[in-house]
Amino acid sequence: MRLTCPLCGERDRREFYYYGAEDYLRRPAEGAPLAEWDNYLHLRDNPAGVTKDLWYHEAGCAQWLVVTRNTVTHEISGVELVAERKA
Amino acid sequence: MRIDGKGLIDRTKPVRFRFDGKDYAGYKGDTLASALLANDVRLVGRSFKYHRPRGVLTAGSEEPNALVEVVGPTNQTPNVRATMQEVFEGLVAQSQNRLGSLRFDLLAVNDYLAPFLSAGFYYKTFMWPRVFWEGLYEPLIRRAAGLGSLSGRHDEGTYEKAFAFCDVLVIGSGPSGLMAALTAGRAGADVILCEESHAFGGRLLSDGGVIGGVPAGEWLAQILAELEALPNVRLMLRTTVTGAYDHGTYGALERVGLHKPARPNLPRECFWRIVAKHAVLAAGALERPVAFPDNDRPGIMLASAVRTYLNRYGVSPGKRVTLFANTDQARAVARELMAAGVTVAAIIDPRPDASAVEDCPVHLGAEVVGSWGRLGLAGIQVRKGGDVLQIETDCLAMSGGWNPTLHLTCHMNGRPRWSEELAAFVPMEGAVPGLVAVGAANGSMSTYGALTTGHAAAQKIVAALGRKVQIEVPQAEDAPYAVRALWAVEGKGRAWLDFANDVTTKDVKLAAQEGFRSVEHMKRYTTQGMAPDQGKNSNVAALAVLADATGRGIAETGTTTFRPPYTPVSIAAMGAGGRAEGFAPQRFLTSDQASRDRHAPMIEAGLWYRPSYFPKPGETTWREACDREVAMVREAVGVADVSTLGKIDIQGKDAGRFLDFVYTNTFSTLPVGRVRYGLMLREDGHVLDDGTSARLGEDHYLMTTTTAAAGLVMRHLDFVHQAFCADWQVRFISVTESWAQFAVAGPKARALVQSFLEEPVDLPFMGVAPVRVGGVEGRLFRISFSGEEGYELAVPTRYGEALFRDLVARAETMGGGPYGMEALNVLRIEKGFITHAEIHGRVTAHDIGMEKMVSAKKDCIGKAAATRPGLWGPEREQLVGLKAGAPISAGAHLFVPGTEIHRETDQGYVTSVCWSPTLGAWLGLGFLKDGRARHGEKVRLVDHLRGLDVICEVCSPVFHDPEGEKLRA
Repeated sequence: MRLTCPLCGERDRREFYYYGAEDYLRRPAEGAPLAEWDNYLHLRDNPAGVTKDLWYHEAGCAQWLVVTRNTVTHEISGVELVAERKA
Repeated sequence: MRIDGKGLIDRTKPVRFRFDGKDYAGYKGDTLASALLANDVRLVGRSFKYHRPRGVLTAGSEEPNALVEVVGPTNQTPNVRATMQEVFEGLVAQSQNRLGSLRFDLLAVNDYLAPFLSAGFYYKTFMWPRVFWEGLYEPLIRRAAGLGSLSGRHDEGTYEKAFAFCDVLVIGSGPSGLMAALTAGRAGADVILCEESHAFGGRLLSDGGVIGGVPAGEWLAQILAELEALPNVRLMLRTTVTGAYDHGTYGALERVGLHKPARPNLPRECFWRIVAKHAVLAAGALERPVAFPDNDRPGIMLASAVRTYLNRYGVSPGKRVTLFANTDQARAVARELMAAGVTVAAIIDPRPDASAVEDCPVHLGAEVVGSWGRLGLAGIQVRKGGDVLQIETDCLAMSGGWNPTLHLTCHMNGRPRWSEELAAFVPMEGAVPGLVAVGAANGSMSTYGALTTGHAAAQKIVAALGRKVQIEVPQAEDAPYAVRALWAVEGKGRAWLDFANDVTTKDVKLAAQEGFRSVEHMKRYTTQGMAPDQGKNSNVAALAVLADATGRGIAETGTTTFRPPYTPVSIAAMGAGGRAEGFAPQRFLTSDQASRDRHAPMIEAGLWYRPSYFPKPGETTWREACDREVAMVREAVGVADVSTLGKIDIQGKDAGRFLDFVYTNTFSTLPVGRVRYGLMLREDGHVLDDGTSARLGEDHYLMTTTTAAAGLVMRHLDFVHQAFCADWQVRFISVTESWAQFAVAGPKARALVQSFLEEPVDLPFMGVAPVRVGGVEGRLFRISFSGEEGYELAVPTRYGEALFRDLVARAETMGGGPYGMEALNVLRIEKGFITHAEIHGRVTAHDIGMEKMVSAKKDCIGKAAATRPGLWGPEREQLVGLKAGAPISAGAHLFVPGTEIHRETDQGYVTSVCWSPTLGAWLGLGFLKDGRARHGEKVRLVDHLRGLDVICEVCSPVFHDPEGEKLRA
């Protein structure tokens, strides 16, 4: 598997650390109901198709990335920096 | 027998080798199989289940029968294909899967028991009685299972792994692969050409012919010379591309040293990961056997293999050869044998309308229905019309047509497509992105077809790479491939499909009859296709028989799933660099040599090596040294290297705000020059890490993490920053390796530290100050992990060793000295300080009694989740101290005395223990249900693993100096 880091270019997946779905980026506001936190922390979709998840270029630029990929075809259609993502 | 004047072997270089204890001679360029056949050795193995005598079937990596053990000086490799193993001077090989000798295998009795050993007999036979499962059946099955044997010693051989990158990966060097490599190579693309065999050329080496008006061998030599001269083309011999993976990544196994006598540092194999923008699958096709009764005798082999042995190795596998084939192409071998002076006794062609004009008897519309010969073929029965002819022969060349070698195209879940015209499966286009199949691998069976498709595919790739090339495809043989499907011949007796696993047509029919109609079920029920050849010789025929038995078409029946690797890859090659220390990095402290000079045994802490203890003359156990070091710190002064702790330098206007967000407690209010203990949670409310952070300036902090979690915390900080507050003015970087830091602890710590400072500093507890030590800028922290008055002195790494040696030397004049990890651990347990033994990922701030450190005034990571029901309260297991008069152990569980000992009555567990020389007792830290309310109670500590059963007293985790008077002195 290969990922194209926006800063470092195309790299082997062994340079990256996988975290999980991009849902982690949508942190509830302080004081949000516990149900909302439960959803944020634990409830995940398991799509057959396009999904977005978080990878960390640990052996590279230390940037967190949002990777758009297809769980069926394994195609990667986009990689963007978490820090510079469009909301 | 060897045929004069034929073959590509080097007859000037004879090679001696040994098989089953007997010496033989071959030539350089021979495989073990060709050299054995040249010596008229036909019996080379025994089949897996029935122990039937078996001989060489093929001339390639798909060989199911001729599997041997190669014995090296330090290792023994089982299941080596004799058809792939090149002979070299001193090669030692032996047959496998036999009890006794190869000729008199005692397990051949299985063959007589065959009526009772049909498909699925395991499932039917070893069912009852149940008490026999573990005691009798399992050892019995285990002994019978498995093929070949290992040396029983460690494999001392060298293995490697490597990465490669290219524009175009060409897999296979037959006419189609050569044409593709040449086209892409001339266009200037970066090309890798992989060839599985030990010579380039593929079928050109076996079939000869004429290309572009010159003999194929001459054309091959020209092309190879050009490819070798091109700097942008890499040629890899003896390299099997074993798998296709995501995004143009391919696995490949190179046999680097397996064809040479072993010598130190010569790698046996190298596992490659090749990343290619484009790939061309030019792997050719595999010829199919025909399942006729008794088709497994040594001497019965594939027609293409006979042709390879004749033309490439100069060997005729028989003196009186017969041919049983359903294509015109296969006739060539008979003609070539006759031209070489070998008798061809008959050609048997099941096609009634095929040509009968040959220089030998031809039987049209005929089928081979049986064979005889005890340890090798002596003759065949041929059914023609209503008659059965007996023909004496010692070698039958058979061909049931060809299967394109499309495996790699199916490695990413693709399924092949059935072609009625070719009576074979062909690749589905685009099944692996970037991979295109050409030549016979894609069903183009003629030489010209191979050349044109190889060229066309490469031209497309060249264009996609933005390059251009003009190249002419040479003329070559382009005969139509006229095949009529012939899978099995009906007759009396067993007809083998899967030679390696002893699966017959009868087994497949039985599977269908018993309801295993899906091809995946049939495979698992009969074990067809599960042998080392993974069904390369039998899959298509087996599913054709299944299709017939279930009244479905072949396309409807479908194939089983193709998975990597194409040929077996040794674990040693895949795991190259992973044995023992391997490529694992080692991190050494600046004090490493000084510690080793003092004979300190080193202990691994993550990648770090830290001194365990510093033995003194006369001390015979680690405990003696440890107890002494603990007392030394408590009574005088000790020095320990704590540089392994993670250090993160954090700067910026929002640095304090950032720390407030990642720590449960507040750091923005910390005065400059002060240090604070901080607790960090994961977002799910559990403790991530703890440590101290110092405020070095208004916008400048230095965070300390535990040794174990340094990387984890860095990753976490990066995430929180980039995901939630990327616009804050804060930046941080790991400075762990920039500073050497030494703990100086004990009543005389202050005196020792002050003696090093150019100007005295009066630090309060939890203070930090810049200092100068021997002309070097350093930092002094007043923090303690021992419970004594403690300092940590940090200097740039390059001064670490000198400072450590000086600190230790001066400490020794004060009755102190160095202390290691063991003493450090005892000191912190006595003081009730936690490590990752306690904050192991399942505990909350509440569990460790730090819920008050979660600030109510601000948000922080993990704060919301920490308030969830179930993560706090009396039902939680809470941190306690345990005191005992007898040895106790970490990992033990806690129970109420008098209750039964089982899972439901479990009250908690122990995380850390030590013998405390200070208190004269065994101490433990652990977690006990509602533990904080139970101080003073007795609990029963049980460790079934170590056989411990001890009554302990529950107490506060802080055993030593609970008021902290020594810390603040």
